[in-house]
Parts: sequence; structure tokens; C-alpha cells
Amino acid sequence: MTLTLDIEKPKEKSPVVAQTVFLGIGLALLILAPLFFYPVFLMKLLCFALFACAFNLLLGYTGLLSFGHAAFFGGAAYFTAHAVKEWGLPPELGILVGVAAAAFLGLIVGYLAIRRQGIYFAMITLALAQMFYFFCLQAEFTKGEDGIQSVPRGHLFGFIDLSQSTNMYYFVLGVFVIGVAIIWRIIHSPFGMILKSIRENETRAVSLGYSVRNYKLAAFVMSAALTGLAGGVKALVFQFATLTDVGWQMSGEVILMTLLGGIGTLIGPLFGAGLVVTLQNYLATSEFPVTIITGLVFMACVLVFRRGIVGEFYHSRLGRKLGFEHRQ
Amino acid sequence: MGAPVNEPNGVPRVVLSARGLRRDFGGFTAVNNVNLDVHHARVHALIGPNGAGKTTVFNLLTKFLQPTDGTITLLGEDITRTPPDKVARMGLVRSFQISAVFPHLTVLDNVRVALQRPNGLATQFWKPISALDGLNAKADQLIRSVGLDRERNAVAADLSYGRKRVLEIATTLALDPKVLLLDEPMAGMGHEDVGMVAEIIREVARERAVLMVEHNLSVVSTLCHHVTVLQRGEILAEGDYAQVSADPRVRTAYMGTEEA
Repeated sequence: MTLTLDIEKPKEKSPVVAQTVFLGIGLALLILAPLFFYPVFLMKLLCFALFACAFNLLLGYTGLLSFGHAAFFGGAAYFTAHAVKEWGLPPELGILVGVAAAAFLGLIVGYLAIRRQGIYFAMITLALAQMFYFFCLQAEFTKGEDGIQSVPRGHLFGFIDLSQSTNMYYFVLGVFVIGVAIIWRIIHSPFGMILKSIRENETRAVSLGYSVRNYKLAAFVMSAALTGLAGGVKALVFQFATLTDVGWQMSGEVILMTLLGGIGTLIGPLFGAGLVVTLQNYLATSEFPVTIITGLVFMACVLVFRRGIVGEFYHSRLGRKLGFEHRQ
Repeated sequence: MGAPVNEPNGVPRVVLSARGLRRDFGGFTAVNNVNLDVHHARVHALIGPNGAGKTTVFNLLTKFLQPTDGTITLLGEDITRTPPDKVARMGLVRSFQISAVFPHLTVLDNVRVALQRPNGLATQFWKPISALDGLNAKADQLIRSVGLDRERNAVAADLSYGRKRVLEIATTLALDPKVLLLDEPMAGMGHEDVGMVAEIIREVARERAVLMVEHNLSVVSTLCHHVTVLQRGEILAEGDYAQVSADPRVRTAYMGTEEA
């Protein structure tokens, strides 16, 4: 018969164990974190981490670079804030309103943008997000430059008082865990497999009979909805929704977080968001200009560890020994 | 390897046909007035010098390119305006000149991706990945049929070029296509792989139509029932290998040096 090279890799030794241990430690740290850190800071971090993970679902696992995700993040914040403040909805329903709005917005933006690829795709998402920004600037319910202020946090399920920051923190943590779990499920599902194949070789996926556009649109809407989840929660954490969250700088920031942490790794964006938010928080009170520092960090990342923090760890000998894999 | 034998009961039915196919790129006509009939259970070769428009014809037939003019019929249905993914679902599946695998997926996953859609396991975003394990038996069978068993769990990017092409054939066969379009399936392959792929194609063509672009004329002469020669976007000659290779125009245009 034919000669074949045996390049089959030896089976990794139960990577599941190592990963479960890491997961457990991570969760324990997040549960204990409010004992050591300022809860609002932690909540902000979790919101941005979820935002970045949702963004990565699109960039890392489908290969689509959206430059308009702020529209879904900030848009959901507005809708949640409005629903809670003006309609008097409880927080859980208010967040769902935000998620639904972001998903709907994602459907429109995605539908128009997926007709193009690469840089054109990114530019269309940016253009549409900018249009949404001006809508928010002009619309009545967003209160223009002021934004929607003093949004009540309300009572979760009618009896958990979220104005207490400990309660609020664990609520945010719960939403975060659910959000990341959903993303994990999507990535490791039959559908996620098709998304990966589209990222790997779009033409081939078409030639296998996949209507690539529909898959991309579905991924786009899912990413937008999960981004909306993060945005809605953020509106309740800070009790306001403003133009900052819909601006194009926010879209840039989430790209930065994802790249810093590691594209195509589930928890990479989490670390990236942590780093950026922490830098912003600590530098805000110092005389260093935040944007220059984050810019330098970004440059260092691109030049020195292109796979991102978590990506480099996965790729390192230790990471591979523990059974993590990083596929770009 | 003996010469191909024609079907005893006359000419098999036409499954894919093109009439007056034409494609312009700006002012340049890459393909002009191409008429092509691909028959069931036959291997049809499309040959011609570089730049003759072979790959363009492939792209037109599989709808990756829109024809400027002409019609294409697949299994009796007009597919001239059908999108490429739908054409694939109708049973016309192609391979690519540059090996088209999913590089960071394993061999098994590459084949499973192809199997997912026909088995209704492509849109479930709520199910665990283990839902795909049901496809393993079929996938392993395909992997074995192309001799990739030992590389089953290897990442496709780590395979040699020839093995990637073989994997691509396995994923193409996973769709159980009615018409197979293979764009230079043997290009860049080692000698032993060429023999194996030729054998696979011969086997596959028992129940399917195969249209292939191929430069290796010894493969064409032993494997293909019918040959179409393309030159500068137009059909120069057609017939079985003996007829085509005897044609003086073909000899001067293309085979002059090949025929001793």
C-alpha cells in the first residue's frame, strides 16, 4: 500500500482535570474578590470581560472583525436604563430588553455588513455604529449629552435589593458566568464547528454546501446579544447610560482587550479586559495619560506576544503540558 | 492499468451540461462559447495549456463565478443563477487547485464538518460537541478509504501536501456528490499518492460523474473516458484520448512535446 508518515499526536493526559482546577480557582477568586477590591471596579471589569468575550465569539471563532460593537454595548445600556427607569421594569427584565434591542440592532448591522469581507466588513460596521451614535445623540429618550442618569438598580426577582453593592456584585458575577457559559457552549457545539470552518476556509465551507452568510449572521446576532447583556448590566452597575458607551473609541477598546488577552481563546479577552480596565482605573488618578500608556501596552503586545497573554501561555510548554491548545 | 471501457449499454445520461458558456473580465474574454456535457459514471478530463481557462470553467460550473453568458444545467435543472452553496447541496461538489482543507482542524474534524450538514448537525449551537460523535463511524470509513487512518487525529496543517489533497477528496466524498469536479487532484503529489488517487477516482466514478482538470497526461490517458481540450478559453478538440491526441491542432497547441 502507500507509505504514510505517522504524525498522530500522543493523547494528552486528561487536560480536563487541569482545566477544571483552573476554572475552580478562577471562580473562587471571583467569589472572594469583593473582600479585597472595590466592588464597582470589579463589576466594571466583569462587564467589560463579558463584552470582550462576546466580541471574541465573532473575531476569534468566526473570523469577523467588527468595528461597531459599541453600538450593541452602549445601545443595550440605553435600552436597559430606559426600561428600568421610565417603564419601571425589574432589573432582570430591563436587561432582557437591552439584550433584545442589541440582538435586533445586530440583525440589521450584520445583515448589511456580512455582504462584504475583511476591511470592508469592518468599515460597514463602523459606519452603521456611527449612525447609531448620532441617533443616540439626537434621540429624545437618550437625553443627548447628559445620557440617562440615576437609573435605579431595583430589586432582583422582586426581593433582592441590588442597591447593596455586595448583592449587585454577585448578581453581576452570576450574569457573567451565565454569559461566558453560553459563549463556551456556542463555541463547543456543532454550530461552533461550522463557524470555525468558515474562519479557516470560507470558500471551502461554501463548496461543502454551507450558506456561509446565514452562519455569519447568526454568529453576529449572538455576539451582539451577548454584548448587549454586558451593556445592560453595566447600565445598572453605574446607574447611567451615556454616549461614551456607543462611541467608536469603545469599539476600539474591545478590540484592544481581545487582542491583548488572546484571540480565539475563551478566557483571553477576560484577561485583556482586566488589564485594560485596571490600567484605566489606576492611571486615571495619576498624571500619566491613559491612552498613551494603553497604546504602548498594545504596541508591546503586538510586537512581543502576538498571540496575546493567554494565547502565549497556551502556546508555551507549560500550557501545552496542561493540555490547553491554541489555534489561531 | 487498462484503458477505460465505455458503458456497454450506449451513452450514459448527461448530468451536467453547459451551453455557450462565456465569461468576461473587463475587456478580456477568459472563457468563450464553451459547450460541455458531463456524463454519469464517466471520468471527463479538461486539459489545456496554462491560462486556457480551465479553472475559470470550473468556477463557472460551480457558480463561484457568474457566467457573462450561457446556461448551465445540473441534473435537468437550470443552475445558471443558483448560488454556489445551493449548487453544492444539489450534488455538484468541487475540490480546489490549491488544497482546500481546514488547516487548524484535525483530519477527523475536517471530514466531520463535511458530514455535519447532510446529517442535520450544523445549526445546533446548544448541543455539546460530543453530538458529532455519531458521525465518527462514517467519517472513519471515509478516512480509511483514502488511507489516512494513521493521521486521523493529526491537525490538517501538519500533513504533507499530497496528504492534504487526499483529505480534501475524502471531505468531498463525504457529501456523496452526484457530480465531482476535481481541479488538478494530483498536482504536487508523490508518485505513490498519484496511483492511489487515480484508483479512488476510478472507484468513485462507478456511480458518479467526474470532471477533472489534469496536467498529467498518462493519468488522463488511463483514467479518463472523455477529454476536452481548451485553448485560450475556447474548446479546441473533444473526444476520447486517442482521438484528441491524434488531432494535429492539439499536438501543436499542447501535446506536441508529449507525443514522441
